[in-house]
Amino acid sequence: MFNHLEINNKLERILINVERPGRYTGGELNEVLKSWEDTQTHVALVFPEIYDIGLSNLGITVLYDLLNKRNDVWAQRAYLPWVDMEAALRRANIPLYALESKRPLSEFDIIGISLPYETLYTNALNMLDLAQIPIFSASRDESHPLVIAGGHAAYNPEPMADFIDAFAIGEGEEVICDIVNVFQAWKERAEPRDNLLKDLSGIPGVYVPSLYQPVYLSDGRIAEYKPLFPQAPHQVTKRIVAELPPPPTHLIVPSIDIVHNRVAVEIMRGCTRGCRFCHAGMVNRPVRERPIEQVISAIEESLKHTGYEEIALLSLSSSDYTNILELVEKVSERFNSQHLKTSLPSLRIESFSIDLMELLRDSRSGGFTLAPEAASEKMRNIINKPIATQQLLETVRAIYSRGWTTIKLYFMIGHPSETLEDVQAIADLCKAVLEEGRKAIGRKAKLHAGVSTFVPKPHTPFQWVSGDTMEEIRVKQDLLRKQLRAPGLKLNWSDPRDTMLEAVLTRGDRRVGAAIYGAWKNGAKFDAWREFFNYDTWLAAFEHAGIDPAFYTHRQRDLDEVFPWDHIHIGVSKSFLLKDYQWSLQGKLRPDCRDHCYACGILSTFAESRKNTPAESWKCPEVA
Amino acid sequence: MIRIRIYYAKTEPMRYTGNLDINKVLERALRRADLPLAYSQGFHPQPRMNQACPLPLGMTSTAEILDCWLEEDLSLEEINNRLQPALPPGIEVESILSVDLQEPKVQTLVDSTEYTATLLDEIPAEELSARIQNILSADTLPRERRGKKYDLRPLIENMVMLAPDENDRQRFLMKLAARQGATGRADEVLDALNIQPGAARLVRTRIYLLNPVTAQPQE
Repeated sequence: MFNHLEINNKLERILINVERPGRYTGGELNEVLKSWEDTQTHVALVFPEIYDIGLSNLGITVLYDLLNKRNDVWAQRAYLPWVDMEAALRRANIPLYALESKRPLSEFDIIGISLPYETLYTNALNMLDLAQIPIFSASRDESHPLVIAGGHAAYNPEPMADFIDAFAIGEGEEVICDIVNVFQAWKERAEPRDNLLKDLSGIPGVYVPSLYQPVYLSDGRIAEYKPLFPQAPHQVTKRIVAELPPPPTHLIVPSIDIVHNRVAVEIMRGCTRGCRFCHAGMVNRPVRERPIEQVISAIEESLKHTGYEEIALLSLSSSDYTNILELVEKVSERFNSQHLKTSLPSLRIESFSIDLMELLRDSRSGGFTLAPEAASEKMRNIINKPIATQQLLETVRAIYSRGWTTIKLYFMIGHPSETLEDVQAIADLCKAVLEEGRKAIGRKAKLHAGVSTFVPKPHTPFQWVSGDTMEEIRVKQDLLRKQLRAPGLKLNWSDPRDTMLEAVLTRGDRRVGAAIYGAWKNGAKFDAWREFFNYDTWLAAFEHAGIDPAFYTHRQRDLDEVFPWDHIHIGVSKSFLLKDYQWSLQGKLRPDCRDHCYACGILSTFAESRKNTPAESWKCPEVA
Repeated sequence: MIRIRIYYAKTEPMRYTGNLDINKVLERALRRADLPLAYSQGFHPQPRMNQACPLPLGMTSTAEILDCWLEEDLSLEEINNRLQPALPPGIEVESILSVDLQEPKVQTLVDSTEYTATLLDEIPAEELSARIQNILSADTLPRERRGKKYDLRPLIENMVMLAPDENDRQRFLMKLAARQGATGRADEVLDALNIQPGAARLVRTRIYLLNPVTAQPQE
């Protein structure tokens, strides 16, 4: 194994021969450098995708900032090298290293992997392998780093349970420091690794999979996850921060062009809309907003530290931010004159959204994006995203006539109970929208329709439903392709094979881990990339692992079925999700819970936090 | 509006930042410095900045030149004071001059460029010297780049051996033509010397402008 100086020397010969070598050098503005020897604990934060995508990841940015504020911790970064660099590293036997110090990841104390989505699973294994760290948790000992993971996909940790020592469930801001503290205490005592894992399981929000034994029924379903250690909690409840801390402002500025070059400020966390397909909407409750002054000063500070030319106000639903008009007015007042472009995602389908966008500089240069998701009233009621077609048409008419030539509409096919008539309604609606554009501005009017395919997600009201089969998806997509052929109209759809893979992994159990390992062994990586995704490799891996993908994707679950993620508690109760599912079957809407509490479980789960937090910080209404 | 010429070094942390990205890096430094960049007119206004001569990826430089236009009439001292603390690792500003607004674009003033090569692999000084002499004494050096045939020899203005560096690695200097339509590439010269890419460290040490006297330090 090479040390960091040798790695640096070897890199000089390699970098000139790989694509975009600036991905692999570190040394960017605002990178944090410390003395390796003088720092007690070394944490490598890994985003298992290429630098171009990973650098701007907000989760990593937040944790990097928080950890490096501690004098006893040095948090560094690593991303997955692109295939040319991977080959060069393997050829030269250079282990994957952290960008700041060029130290191999294997020299770190803790490796924290971000897992926001399932198609990163094989990349995570590849990353461990490139770092020359044993892939299986059970093969690692005291000489290896502790490997932890978090992120949205970790709300169902089971598919990756064999590879990750401990999962941080929920929001990472506080739990990451608890983990470091427990690690430091354990290291001080020089105890065996098993003790570390047991200690970690005592931290609220930390799930240590090796302390649980899955028990299966004869039909393959889950009987239970049996704790193997008396103190291991039967259910691990996610962590939240009671109040959003001020956002990081010393953002790392890459020296090469990446996907998102911008100051991104999370203005709000969580969503009260309750769309039944939406994983983020269920797992990120309660809704917490950052005060306007905090957002503005964070933007100001960040611009001062970065010099970026773009601002993004992030949230799951911008329109729901309490004082969105005031916020956008202030942003435009302060920053429009500085040649700064501002993006405001996830706007409601109403003319007020156009007023907001008009306040932002340059906003007409991109398209205007709306996400109706469904086109028939029946489907809108099922998914709990009501919007009157009439209102949609009025809104798009106004968008076209107020200066936008392109509208982007996002839909989803494959929701439960969907028929071909409902899919036809999507085609009809697209045509009607384009027709409005024609009437308003003639041939200049363009429509981009993005139609993705629904995947039933854990911890949502649709966790019980069967997903569409590949054949059903193809028929629906064919219909759309046939219908939506017109000048000015562009249709995008998702590859049904991607959908199938995501569907197995997202509701997978611990047995699925063998298939992830097998697929990676046979070359699967960068599964989110068209040029690398190989469905046949995955099918072979499922077969080899004795897994029937249909068991996970196309099976309607019994209402009392035990799910592989039931021992993970998101704060929203399973009984609430079940009731919401039953309402969906009746086509019954669940209104926005900002106005009325439907007792999803968040307030009772986090009663203590709620009590100690100013009332206005959470957007949950007062409950009698 | 004023026009300034910034002489800067591109050092190790920016070595693998390509020319387009360096433009962005400099633009952001100027923004952080709160220097009011002038923008072009039109539908997509761009900051008015020009680099003298693109530096290939993988090279560092002690002698880069950037011209840019500022909306406000600031003193060079003030500009320097604001700019210095805003620079990212890998960019070091050596000096700032004031340039007449009417002056032609800096790209059109470039005449030649000078590079120092340090060889990472061991090679006897006599051997290297002989290879260099071979090239200098040749009448023509026919080469092909991206399917186009050309003669490298007239683009090489000079090559000189330098004293080895502190690690006893051989070094030499080359001065190459850099006029429009007649630009010698350092990596092509290395190839002509039979040195593999990645086996030599290249530093640009000078950009020669045709008319350097018109750029005067502000009194």
